[in-house]
Amino acid sequence: MLVYIARRILYMIPTLIIISVISFIIIQLPPGDYLTSYIAQLSETGESVDEAVIASLKKRYGLDQPMYIQYFMWINGVLHGDFGQSFEWNKPVSELIWERLALTMAVSLFSLIFTYVVAIPIGIYSATHQYSIGDYFFTFVGFLGLATPNFLLALVLMFLFYKYFGLSVGGLFSPEFVEAPWSWAKVIDMMNHMWIPVIVIGTAGTCGLIRVMRGCLLDELRKQYVVTARAKGVGERKLLFKYPVRVAVNPIISTIGWTLPSIVSGATITAIVLSLPTTGPLLLRSLMSQDMYLAGSFILLLATLTVIGTLISDILLAWLDPRIRYEKEAA
Amino acid sequence: MSIFKKNKPEERTEEYGEYEESYYVASQWQLMWRKFRKHKLAMGSIFVLVLLYLGGIFCEFVAPYDLESRQIRYVYCPPQRIHFFDEKGFHLRPFVYGLKRKIDLVTLQKSYKEDKRKKYPLQFFVHGQKYKFWNLFEADLHLFGVERGGVIFLLGTDRMGRDMFSRIVYGARISLSIGLVGVFLSLIIGLILGGLSGYLGGVTDTIIQRIIEILRSFPTIPLWMALSAALPPHWPPLRVYFGITIVLSLIGWTGLARVVRGKLLALREEDFTMAAKVAGCKDMRIISRHLLPGFLSYIIVQMTLSIPSMILGETSLSFLGLGLRPPITSWGVLLKEAQNVRTVALHPWLMIPVLFVITAVLAFNFLGDGLRDAADPYH
Repeated sequence: MLVYIARRILYMIPTLIIISVISFIIIQLPPGDYLTSYIAQLSETGESVDEAVIASLKKRYGLDQPMYIQYFMWINGVLHGDFGQSFEWNKPVSELIWERLALTMAVSLFSLIFTYVVAIPIGIYSATHQYSIGDYFFTFVGFLGLATPNFLLALVLMFLFYKYFGLSVGGLFSPEFVEAPWSWAKVIDMMNHMWIPVIVIGTAGTCGLIRVMRGCLLDELRKQYVVTARAKGVGERKLLFKYPVRVAVNPIISTIGWTLPSIVSGATITAIVLSLPTTGPLLLRSLMSQDMYLAGSFILLLATLTVIGTLISDILLAWLDPRIRYEKEAA
Repeated sequence: MSIFKKNKPEERTEEYGEYEESYYVASQWQLMWRKFRKHKLAMGSIFVLVLLYLGGIFCEFVAPYDLESRQIRYVYCPPQRIHFFDEKGFHLRPFVYGLKRKIDLVTLQKSYKEDKRKKYPLQFFVHGQKYKFWNLFEADLHLFGVERGGVIFLLGTDRMGRDMFSRIVYGARISLSIGLVGVFLSLIIGLILGGLSGYLGGVTDTIIQRIIEILRSFPTIPLWMALSAALPPHWPPLRVYFGITIVLSLIGWTGLARVVRGKLLALREEDFTMAAKVAGCKDMRIISRHLLPGFLSYIIVQMTLSIPSMILGETSLSFLGLGLRPPITSWGVLLKEAQNVRTVALHPWLMIPVLFVITAVLAFNFLGDGLRDAADPYH
């Protein structure tokens, strides 16, 4: 087990390096660099441009040096918690991102849990009642949910709530809690607002997982051992949950690897539509205003957290299902 | 299962025997077509897609109005009803009533009421607004329209008084073509990298597979957003269109590359490949005659299934304002108008493009499923 974890962490390192390179490329993509935009911004507001400040900033980010040295200086800063400066907010990036990232992760985590909690029972129902009305209904809803992108669902939900309840859904907090420091009441308030984004973000994943769960369980139910157990008189409930469901759940758990990126991805765009105080809206804004250190840091951290989440799920899975551990070690 | 069925004596009628004979001499593609035809949902989807694409291809002809033609007197006009009945009873030719505008003096909201005195029968193949068909020649023939003086807004109008139906039809050309162009680009990248990976093996294979894994573990939307935000704002619309397509396919190629590599690896080890090699076939002949037909069907399936994500990607980006920009109009650009919930609550027809996006995506998914079942010889 320890060997397996160590190997997985080792495999992660090249992934993280490539992620950081991609983020750095994104920071560098727009014409000009951070300093030119900073100077332009300063002269726009009529402030005098202090040569000494410029020179020190230039030195700090290595802007007069070749690209690869800039990359190393940037990544060195990142590893020490310095993500650069956001010129739009005139604050260090690290002050802006952590709370939003934490909220993004909270929303994603709840969506993930929602996905599994809803998908597995429905998948079991669909498989055990194959070709029943309920099965057709869930199949239909599933296809519809897969085809509807997150943000459109958010839009439709917002419209329905506004039209029929006069509510404007959006945000994660009631107005009185937005600026308030964290407290128990604020957490409860957040939970009350959480369910709409969670449903919106989780739907697509849920619909996909229902299909997988149904397919896996159907395959499993046709196997000989199920027939044997039934012939021996094992009760239907025990027959279902003792082995087939447990076997069929494994492929579902192992899909976290692709569920998580799509949830983070969906959370980004849904947050923009529902104006949640997570990474999405700020990322969009920073991209629009070419506040590239902020945008790049978001991309870097979102991708890194996704990769770490996948790693944790892989380790959990290996712990749950010994077959995976041995297969990978044998390979 | 199917083997047992075929041997059941009661099914061996004369007709069945004939069917069976043609079954054994049918080519692989004929077999697939036969299986595919049984998939009703997929057949229906083909019909829907052909309709959508025809609308997109001939949008100048199908749309009663131009993309940008504004009816200033009809701003935020709700979808018009098409009538078959009036006070005199049933009419075979449907018609619309004229519209009367009323402005609420307090809220300044405009509302429209049907003016029963004016009646405009719906006409097909009418001469209306002039347009340049495919930018090639001038024409003024439209699929349908009403007489001069009347207006027809099947799906309402937007804040500038532009006909939503016409704009959606024009948008179909962009939204649906971006899926095809994007998948085509992904196919090229996927074929080259997947082919290299499967053919060379070893270190190249490992590196390409790692890259694919990393790209797949990336949350796509933030990456798409960042890349398309980097397209220079002064680019002409057509270049932005191709820029967005390239951005979409830069991430979309991984699925295709995996299929190509997997199939290439499996087919390379087959006996018939070895036989062809022993018989002295050249590499090119082995690839084109023996390997390509083997996985062509899988590639087509994978392509069909990746078109929806391209369409959705473009729609999301344009919706956020990072993708296509007017004057290029796609369904995502149209939906940008529906961002504000208050506007949408007052004018719900602005959300109609959503239905078209979902229809197209569903149709491609069903088509892909049908193709996959048909292409799988063991199914």
